[in-house]
Amino acid sequence: MTVLAVSNLRKSYGATTAVDGLSFQIARGEIVGLLGPNGAGKTTTINMLLGVLEPSAGSISIDGRNLATERAAALMRTNFAAVYAPLPGNLTVTQNLRFFGMLYDVRGLRARIDALLEQFDLARFRHTRCGVLSSGEQTRVSIAKAMLNAPALLLLDEPTASLDPATAQEIRAAIRTFVAGGQAGVLWTSHNMYEVEDVCDRVLFMARGQVLLDGNPRTLPQEHGKASLEELFITVAREPLSLER
Amino acid sequence: MRMHPRRTFAIALRQLYLVRGSVSRLLPMFGWVAVDIVLWGFITRYLNTVASPGFSFVPVLLGAVLMWDFFTRVMQGVTMAFFEDVWSRNFLNIFASPLSIPEYLAGLVLSSIATSAIGLTVMLLLASFVFGLSMLTYGGSLALFVMVLFIFGIALGIVGCALVLRLGPSAEWFVWPIPSMVSPFVGVFYPLSTLPSWMQVVSRALPPSYVFEGMRAIVHGGRAAPHSLALGGALAVLYVFGACVLFARVYRQAVRTGLIARYSAESVS
Repeated sequence: MTVLAVSNLRKSYGATTAVDGLSFQIARGEIVGLLGPNGAGKTTTINMLLGVLEPSAGSISIDGRNLATERAAALMRTNFAAVYAPLPGNLTVTQNLRFFGMLYDVRGLRARIDALLEQFDLARFRHTRCGVLSSGEQTRVSIAKAMLNAPALLLLDEPTASLDPATAQEIRAAIRTFVAGGQAGVLWTSHNMYEVEDVCDRVLFMARGQVLLDGNPRTLPQEHGKASLEELFITVAREPLSLER
Repeated sequence: MRMHPRRTFAIALRQLYLVRGSVSRLLPMFGWVAVDIVLWGFITRYLNTVASPGFSFVPVLLGAVLMWDFFTRVMQGVTMAFFEDVWSRNFLNIFASPLSIPEYLAGLVLSSIATSAIGLTVMLLLASFVFGLSMLTYGGSLALFVMVLFIFGIALGIVGCALVLRLGPSAEWFVWPIPSMVSPFVGVFYPLSTLPSWMQVVSRALPPSYVFEGMRAIVHGGRAAPHSLALGGALAVLYVFGACVLFARVYRQAVRTGLIARYSAESVS
């Protein structure tokens, strides 16, 4: 079943079109990588999926709820972590998780927080203010927050950007386990092509606000005559026209 | 739209966490109002020594200062809770959650009720026990005075939040002086008849004017005109409604232009 259905999504700022007729779906149990060079429209897309940016046209349906008309119900089934949206540094880890858990109306919140603190190795920072944690620890808190409500759709914008390789691997494993339950789908942006190949079931390459390529990250480079996903990425960034279908 | 009390309570709880863990947030809630009461308390004591016998400045000046400080605290209670999200660049996390605008505003109001109640209690204790102010002087009208000032404080607080949301974090400097800009028009310390006629026109549109005129009428042995207080109350409710509409419009515009997302991203751009 589909957890995210994006149809003909468009965002224009005056004469500039940031996202141009974007359509894709994410199924339960699927991790989809949203890739593309800076300015391709990835963050604009994610902001529209989060309901903080109004599309100029098109529709977004999250777990069967239309984001435009059933905003709260749709966002109850969503959560996100982004490197540019850290949790308030003046609250402790537990306070942050309790605050956001209440916003997402998580039932059995205390037990859920305890479980996430254990899962992400944060129990010893329970009463530490987030602002004094290392960037890697802050990222783990953000990901714990993103999983508070066991969302049907998890949006992760460069979730491992500030993590050391060992911690990044643990985070990827935790997210894979979460998705393996078959209840959730993930949209994952990253500039780390090794990570994308490792974790994503499918990738969408964006350029100029459109999806240029859609496929399996392990076979897509060969399909386009490239040796690796990184090489394909560079081609998308520099010569997108050469790949247009 | 159904309001979800748990989300509203979360906003107030967040404020409680912040205040509880920070002397710099806790102290201003009662420190500045205490200084104000002490200062005006001594001024009224001095004025009582030079005034005609039988007339007390305590209910006239100190009572007015107390009520005005309460109004200011209510307004700042709303804006401070909002500024916490501005300062911690938390808009993206907050507004990407299921929290609705009415729930968010109700949370700011709840935060303000808690913080302004602390300030009011401190002021009442100081003014009563140190300077002999009896709020019973104002009789049953006191509850109405407090209510009108509270509602108008909430309205101006929400307008301040809308300004900062629309114009950016630096616009908070427009918000701090709002009470000082309003005070000359509402006659905190003097009758409205003292003002030039054009200022009196503005005064009639401001709910606190009716409160302070009513307080003066009681102190001078009369009573607060019920229709004036009703008008002040109705105006205050109208202002709150208008402020909520303004905030909702500014928010809608911010979502349309992407300002909400940029508010968070400013620090990394």
